[in-house]
Amino acid sequence: MSKDTVIRVEHITKLYGKNKSEAIQLMKNGADKDTVYKRTGVTVALWDVSFEVKRGEIFAIIGLSGSGKSTIIRCFNLLNKPTSGKIFFEGNDIEKFSKQEVLNYRRDRIAMVFQNFGLMSHRNVLDNVTYGLEVKKVPREEREQRGREMIEMVGLEGLEHQPISSLSGGMKQRVGLARALANDPGVLLMDEPFSALDPLVRRDMQFELLSIQGKLEKTVIFITHDINEAFKLGDTVAIMRDGKIIQIDTPENMSAKPADEYVRQFIDSADKTQVLSAKHVMVPPTCLVKPKDIPSQAIREMGANDVSTAYVVDDKMRFMGIITIDNAIRARNNGLPLPSLIDPDVHTCNEDTLINDIISLAAEAKYPLAVLDKENKLKGIISKATVLASL
Amino acid sequence: MKEYLLNFPDAWQFNIGTAIDDWIKNFSRTHREILGFIKRSVITSIKSINELLSIIPWWLLILIVMLLGWRVSGKKRVGLLYGVMLFFIGSSGLWDHMLETLSIVIASVILSVLLGFPLGILLALNKRADGIVRPILDLMQTMPTFVYLVPAVILFSVGMTPALMATTIYAIVPMIRLTSHGINHVDTEVVEAAIAFGSTTLQSLVKVQIPQALPTIMAGVNQTIMMAMSMVVTCALIGANGLGMEILVATNRTEMGKALMPGICIVFIAIILDRLTQGFVDNKEYNTFFRRRPMR
Repeated sequence: MSKDTVIRVEHITKLYGKNKSEAIQLMKNGADKDTVYKRTGVTVALWDVSFEVKRGEIFAIIGLSGSGKSTIIRCFNLLNKPTSGKIFFEGNDIEKFSKQEVLNYRRDRIAMVFQNFGLMSHRNVLDNVTYGLEVKKVPREEREQRGREMIEMVGLEGLEHQPISSLSGGMKQRVGLARALANDPGVLLMDEPFSALDPLVRRDMQFELLSIQGKLEKTVIFITHDINEAFKLGDTVAIMRDGKIIQIDTPENMSAKPADEYVRQFIDSADKTQVLSAKHVMVPPTCLVKPKDIPSQAIREMGANDVSTAYVVDDKMRFMGIITIDNAIRARNNGLPLPSLIDPDVHTCNEDTLINDIISLAAEAKYPLAVLDKENKLKGIISKATVLASL
Repeated sequence: MKEYLLNFPDAWQFNIGTAIDDWIKNFSRTHREILGFIKRSVITSIKSINELLSIIPWWLLILIVMLLGWRVSGKKRVGLLYGVMLFFIGSSGLWDHMLETLSIVIASVILSVLLGFPLGILLALNKRADGIVRPILDLMQTMPTFVYLVPAVILFSVGMTPALMATTIYAIVPMIRLTSHGINHVDTEVVEAAIAFGSTTLQSLVKVQIPQALPTIMAGVNQTIMMAMSMVVTCALIGANGLGMEILVATNRTEMGKALMPGICIVFIAIILDRLTQGFVDNKEYNTFFRRRPMR
């Protein structure tokens, strides 16, 4: 991995509003964002931001909403123009690019992945992936060839001609990723790409990104509001607050030496959630039975769902126990009522039980764990396999 | 009590109306040749649309509409209903009048789309143009429709041409509005994506914004058709032949039944046109109407 600088940001400031010079004066005198807005009506989106991104690294920018992280990522491909300051791409000032140079820069050097995917619903998967090649007039044969390769790389082969509306969130973002990679850009801009996905899919996608990164060695600028994600993916992490960068460092150094209380709190919040809890890994129970159901109905229910145990709940979804298929068949053959054969001795946990504590429970449990809330209502189940897969 | 406190003083009254009258009359005198040319080409095009419609045998037109109704709604009985409606118009002896009315509607819808679509795009892309044109559109929509008839008559005398002009002015508004609205409300990230991958303004417009706005634009076409349909009846007052003229004549003679029949026909045509074009709008896979179907 060479260590040269791909992008250098020098004193970028971005203001929205009319009375900019007064706002700049106020900011220079040390006023904060809110005061400036109240006094001048100017929104300070970015203030004096400088950093360097090295070739081949994942540069994670983290901050809460309104911290300016989405604004800055849009400056790199000129979707936003900074009010002042300079951005250099491989030593060239991108603001000095001519119109054609800007187009070429966007077509060949830098691509973007969007939070809500930014896919074109009137095009199928393949036509979305090849969009960037289409606008630079790559012949159809060639771009479809390239598009298929990219679709295969993100694991969507066979879905080339599906409409976008038929895909799940995770699949949509794979299309977004494939589209960005199709142009073979040196730099990938990722604007909270996995925020709209549920936790399990998000982990898959993070893994996918790391494995693609391992193969292609792209430079990635990755925006997130999730410190776990930033620490997991980032070689370098920058924390932003109110349009300013507070600290830039490797994840290790940052957790060892947080620059101030704000960063420390951010990192602490990571430690609490870094370990997943039951609600993150549980799945909805596939087969529910009510105590008043007749046995043959319970058997049918289990058969339809292809499981050998059913979870018994009362009318208010309160958990009562489980019934195995053997017991249900016995009940039917001997004409016994269902409730007499319910096994209440099932391991349970609540939604916030940490995975660490579930591992030991799951290891000794005969059936998947039942996840209950405070009122004993059944919220989901966790099988041994899901626990192990989450590690 | 002084007189001028009770009534608006005469001395302060002025009338720009007469000035406008003079100006329009003068304009029609000085530009007689251009106006004549417009008039001839409008008449020719409406006539040719009418001839085109007349070439189609009545039973074929009914069949086509039935088939379209079935395809668009997905129900056979809807197609059948449309067929019955058209058959009713024919059996009322109003077939040719219907074709005349349709010719003006079609001509003005074509004109509205040709002018309104690019104008709508311009308004969506250019804030200043939007600021200028939008109040004019509001004015055009709130102005009583009869007001359009007079200048149209002064410029083109009575007949098809002023009818077409008045109808187009009235019907073009939703086309412009909905085109502009549709383009403006394409998901921001999708437009950003188009730009971020290096589209020129034109590429982003043609490849992304227009196709994404198509359902809204089609709703605009639908609205334009409906507006043209309602205006074309009023245009009987300035000599547009067709169903409206039948109603006007019957009304003047206070013949209720005779006025009702063409009235019902207009309702039928309006229903059919509305539902057929609406069907295109509502269709979730609208894109497949315009692009090759995805292979499965």
